Amino acid sequence: MIRLTYEPFDPGAVLNEFCGGRLEIGAIATFTGLARAEAGATTVLELEAYPGFTEAQIGKFADKARARFGLDDVLILHRAGRIAPGEPVVFVATAARHRRAAFEACDFLMDYLKSQAPFWKKEHGPDGARWVEPHDRDHADLARWDKETSK
Amino acid sequence: MARVLLFGRLSDVAGWRERQVESPSLSALRARLAADDPALGEALGGRGVQVALDQVIVRGEAFLNATTEVAFLPPMSGG
Repeated sequence: MIRLTYEPFDPGAVLNEFCGGRLEIGAIATFTGLARAEAGATTVLELEAYPGFTEAQIGKFADKARARFGLDDVLILHRAGRIAPGEPVVFVATAARHRRAAFEACDFLMDYLKSQAPFWKKEHGPDGARWVEPHDRDHADLARWDKETSK
Repeated sequence: MARVLLFGRLSDVAGWRERQVESPSLSALRARLAADDPALGEALGGRGVQVALDQVIVRGEAFLNATTEVAFLPPMSGG
């Protein structure tokens, strides 16, 4: 399930719901990304989405992850709007029969989200606001999955 | 009238986020926006800026009809 939310969410509650009623799963890996204060430089993180398009693009990558890692289920919950430091920005949960697939799929999905998912990120702070675009590191993180495919 | 949407830094450059613009094609739309606002015209042609028509990424030229939604998308970053 792919969901965009403009309200704060509780990752623990989302995880509990995701875990419920599963008898053959064996492994659920999760990642929770929090907004950083950057030592006071960021007072608000603003994330702009393109509702409809954003979920659809993330959904395509979630389908890739399902096929590549043989996942039984995947959940991606992503905040948009104005986010305070310390609040969750993104929550990814991957469910598989065994742990390796769950861990790797979670890592893969986060690398995708950091550099390809349709969000535009602006940091607001005492010195004004600035748009944040993906770093070279983020592109390199995503590229390593292509290398693994061609091995 | 195409419905033009600007995301991220593009809307800061333009000072607007959404606008109806009469234009028969994507290239004509780019020319029209650049004529009205050269800074925006330059930003739209900047590195990594993609275009989506009715929420589908396109490359190159395309015809626009009265209800086409044209979104200009600068480099994306989530998570």
